[in-house]
Amino acid sequence: MSEVILEVRDLVKHFPIRQGIVFKRTIGQIKAVDGVSLDLHKGETLGIVGESGCGKSTLAKLLMNLEKPTSGEVRYQGRDVLRLNPADQRRLRRNIQLVMQDPYTSLNPRMTVGDIVGEPFEIHPEVAPKGERRRKVQELLDVVGLNPEHINRYPHQFSGGQRQRIGIARALALKPEVIVCDEPVSALDVSIQAQVMNLLDQLQNEFNLSYIFIAHDLSVVRHIADRVGVMYLGKMVEVGTDDDIYIRPTHPYTQALLSAVPVPDPTARQRKAVIRLEGDVPSPANPPSGCRFRTRCWKAQEICATEPPLLQIRPTSGHPSACHFAQERDVVHAG
Amino acid sequence: MSDIKVKTAPVQGVNGGSASHLLEIENLHVEFRTRDGVAKVINGVSYHVDAGETLAVLGESGSGKSVTAQTIMGILDTPPGFVTGGSIRFRGKDLLTMGKDERRLVRGEGIAMVFQDALSALNPVFTVGFQIAELFRKRRGMSRADGYKRATELLDLVKIPAAKARLRDFPHQFSGGMRQRVMIAMALALDPEVLIADEPTTALDVTVQAQIMDLLAEIRRDRNMGMILITHDLGVVADVADRIAVMYAGRIVEQADVHNLYGKPCHPYTLALLDSLPRLDLKGQELNTIKGLPPNLLRVPSGCAFHPRCQMARDICSTQRPALIELGGVRSSACHFAEELYGRE
Repeated sequence: MSEVILEVRDLVKHFPIRQGIVFKRTIGQIKAVDGVSLDLHKGETLGIVGESGCGKSTLAKLLMNLEKPTSGEVRYQGRDVLRLNPADQRRLRRNIQLVMQDPYTSLNPRMTVGDIVGEPFEIHPEVAPKGERRRKVQELLDVVGLNPEHINRYPHQFSGGQRQRIGIARALALKPEVIVCDEPVSALDVSIQAQVMNLLDQLQNEFNLSYIFIAHDLSVVRHIADRVGVMYLGKMVEVGTDDDIYIRPTHPYTQALLSAVPVPDPTARQRKAVIRLEGDVPSPANPPSGCRFRTRCWKAQEICATEPPLLQIRPTSGHPSACHFAQERDVVHAG
Repeated sequence: MSDIKVKTAPVQGVNGGSASHLLEIENLHVEFRTRDGVAKVINGVSYHVDAGETLAVLGESGSGKSVTAQTIMGILDTPPGFVTGGSIRFRGKDLLTMGKDERRLVRGEGIAMVFQDALSALNPVFTVGFQIAELFRKRRGMSRADGYKRATELLDLVKIPAAKARLRDFPHQFSGGMRQRVMIAMALALDPEVLIADEPTTALDVTVQAQIMDLLAEIRRDRNMGMILITHDLGVVADVADRIAVMYAGRIVEQADVHNLYGKPCHPYTLALLDSLPRLDLKGQELNTIKGLPPNLLRVPSGCAFHPRCQMARDICSTQRPALIELGGVRSSACHFAEELYGRE
């Protein structure tokens, strides 16, 4: 595999819960991200899946340095991003860019497309001299499949899919090496989703980009990711290649998640193995002891309540899985 | 619950005398009069649903699937929305020509609706128990205590744990999935014969979505209800629907039973939609896309509204609007080349 470009080690983010008006007391912690480690290789797409509240968007913010982690480190090309001096940090930030979920709120309605896509050049003037900026912006619009002549239009004049393309053009402006995509297609219609996903694919080949692709839609992630990490309540529960996760999942949560995804094939109704989870995800302010999934798990035993399972390769799992009783089971294809 | 009514399936029609469907929408036209012009949101939509079956109405945003549902329920905002033609017959009686009071009686008792966003559909300043019990007080003349008792039974029915205690909770104190269960309980309160579910699980996570879809299917079976499921999710449809109506730009472009639709789609739009889907069970290469954008309803393309995006489009498509062609059984498709598509291997 190619070199590791982004390394995350034991990343933790706890948000304090405060109470009181004058004397604010901290009465608890929301454990949004609780010890996540991952490696991103050059040119690959790492998909992160999980349900709402599992910490995947907080993880994106931490990687972008938009939130300060409680502990842990993010290393980009071997350098700790969080301990750089401000000037170095700024330079480094050029290389990691973000595409956001909602193309309706992530573009300033009072700025033209040209200003939006060109704004990164204002912040990092060394990338493009002033005279060249307009031409550069038009090039970018062309790259993402928009008409370069629309540079003076406003976001409201574009459809959802086109707006997402504007967001992608903005992320590409500084020629980054890593793009963090936080639910980039979930706000789009089915027929538009495919267009944007193909565009992301094509840009990756063209510019040798590495993606961290965060989504709750497992079939979208399957399509685009080389490797996939599954998160539950702030922890990574299983990591592997897309076949490891989709054909040979070993963690019960991954299996339940996969079996819950409706497959667009009515003949699959009978042969699908259905695992129905009971109840909701517990509160991240007060996660269960031991394994966090044990309250909804059908395999849970005493050890699960006392000993948190480590994310590691096990005798019964060829790829890292955080379950004491990891066992392969193909829930998508077999009955 | 002891008082679940089991309904008998075909209903005797009032006009014509022949057996008609439980709920039948015929040639419905709705337009929105806006500052920018008149948007023809629904252009001659017809579909029907019988007791005990699930009809899925599939379409992208702006296809008119939700507006149809709002028109059936009589909750279309007027202005800007105006019904300009067609009929909606429930048990043979046209809802559109009915008086206000009569129509109100159909709402909830005859046809009930579950909305997508339960948080904004429920009243934030009243407890859940109050909101459900209110139905029984207003419509069944029950006392407060009896109303609360029935509310507890309903929350039990939709499998909310500790139902009695949760009656005193406000909507924001429920999780997304539980809130959706409250909405379903409320819709079921007056034993409706048809339940319209408008994107009931779109805002929910997949594991919770599976729970809610199971619950809806179970209730539909137990009560022999007709269900109209409005969604854009081709996966959900494949799991639960009996029949499917695909909508595009305010028209039904294809109708078929679920196996035929997925097995052999007979409209280029359905075909392209299924082709563009990333699939969990297959690792594809490049996704097939549908070029272009869904049409602006203020300027719907001439002829077949799908022709600018269609791979099969020929000259006739831009000049002549294709009618819905019957293809045998419950199948129909609004494409000039429907028979060609139907005849292919």
